Amino acid sequence: MIPDLGKYTETVLSAYGISIVLLVALVVLSVMRGRRVRTELKSVEQRMSRDG
Amino acid sequence: MTITAKANSLWEYANPRKFLATSERLLPFFWLASTTCLVVGLVWGFFFTPDDYKQGSTVKIIYLHVPSALMAINCWLMMLAASLIWLVRRHHVSALAARAAAPVGIVFTLVALVTGAIWGQPMWGSWWAWDPRLTSFLILFLFYLGYVALWEAIEDPDTAADLTSVLCLVGSVFAILSRYAVNFWNQGLHQGASVMRVAAVTGSDTEEKVSNIYFFPLMLCIVGFVLLFIALVLYRTCTEIRARRIKALLARERANA
Amino acid sequence: MIALLLRDLKLAFRAGGGFGLGLAFFLIVTVLVPFSVGPQSSLLSIIAPGVLWLGALLACLLSLDRLLALDWEDGSLDLLATAPLPLEAVVAVKSLAHWLTTGLPLVLVAPLLGVMLNLPETGFTWLVVSLLIGTPALSVIGTFGAAITVGLKRGGLLLSLLVLPLYVPTLIFGAEVARRGATGTELETPLLLLAGITTATIALLPFASAAVLKINLR
Repeated sequence: MIPDLGKYTETVLSAYGISIVLLVALVVLSVMRGRRVRTELKSVEQRMSRDG
Repeated sequence: MTITAKANSLWEYANPRKFLATSERLLPFFWLASTTCLVVGLVWGFFFTPDDYKQGSTVKIIYLHVPSALMAINCWLMMLAASLIWLVRRHHVSALAARAAAPVGIVFTLVALVTGAIWGQPMWGSWWAWDPRLTSFLILFLFYLGYVALWEAIEDPDTAADLTSVLCLVGSVFAILSRYAVNFWNQGLHQGASVMRVAAVTGSDTEEKVSNIYFFPLMLCIVGFVLLFIALVLYRTCTEIRARRIKALLARERANA
Repeated sequence: MIALLLRDLKLAFRAGGGFGLGLAFFLIVTVLVPFSVGPQSSLLSIIAPGVLWLGALLACLLSLDRLLALDWEDGSLDLLATAPLPLEAVVAVKSLAHWLTTGLPLVLVAPLLGVMLNLPETGFTWLVVSLLIGTPALSVIGTFGAAITVGLKRGGLLLSLLVLPLYVPTLIFGAEVARRGATGTELETPLLLLAGITTATIALLPFASAAVLKINLR
């Protein structure tokens, strides 16, 4: 499945691996924080409107 | 009193509200487009391009290295523009967008540095060379770290926005200065053989040096990174706006109670 | 303005002021270098200009967080901000006082330490010249960093993080002048660039520092 990378297999794979992990981590963390903040805002807004 | 407060808050929220609504509409498109471009570009580059006769298969790292490096610089430029808008027009969304972009810039810079180091190991024989480009990126990384640290350190959001904006402006001048200083400094040390090789893959002569086989997937990856950057910044700005709103609501709640 | 300068100088020389701190640090760093890299005089003479520049820079960095923090704590900064003197001038005087108490002593001590590090004879003049031209820029840039972090409780680490990348061009050109002076090669270009950085930062950065200080005093 993986093409023949010759003697640089580890180099290329580690570069791709680390980069993709970093990027995915950035996206996941952003989305997680976004979700958390969104639900928190909803709860705060509901509380505010209920309390008047 | 209440009327002015209401008018004020309406004015305050008018822009962020619109921003939230618009970006909510746009975001799915950007996520989808960036994922498509990145997946197609990286798969194309990784599986269907031949090895370079000199660099072997390490040439495939270019599809991550060049776009991330490009966007690391563009991200700083975007933050500079947003800081200027904040300083001149006082749009809160602008300051928040700059704040939201900084961590994205850090990660892109990190990707560029790591892929550069991994590529440099077999090519130059060492993980790290004090090559002007690498060094400049290290300095850029430090600037990003300082910027984010300053945002985190200051509690009052408007003060933080002002200070980070000024830091961004001053930092930009010094970043450009460092770029030239580093260029000068390394040429003083040794000849630019490694510089030429880096320039061949990262510099403006990409088109001449890198033939069409590499060029199209590379372009696709660059477009993918640009779209990913836009999507991330839009999304994170929305998060920042909501976080700020929570803060404001809680403050009002405390004031009422 | 002169009164302010004299006051700052007096405060610095008093016990607890920053006067001896930077100097002592500079001394320690340069004296420790031979212990860490070995006593070969040929090696020391190569790295001497760089070590001296680095030591001077770190000594400057060390004394920065006292530059505005003390005035901030006892409220005299608020008084200065409301004084008829423009804040830009206040900031400039502060930088000058910092340079006189930190930068200038470093420049004067540097040749002595150069002897200990086996600096080639040709290098002494250029070492002093480069430090004399370069250290004012370090003080002015440092004042900007101190102005940004002045309101923070523990701003010391953040201050270093912010100022360090800003110091890079000055360090590069300054150390380059000293190094080329030591080896006796052409040094006009880095010298002019160093002087350019110093004059530009002295001319422009006080405005940025004053603006930042105004934001912090708000």
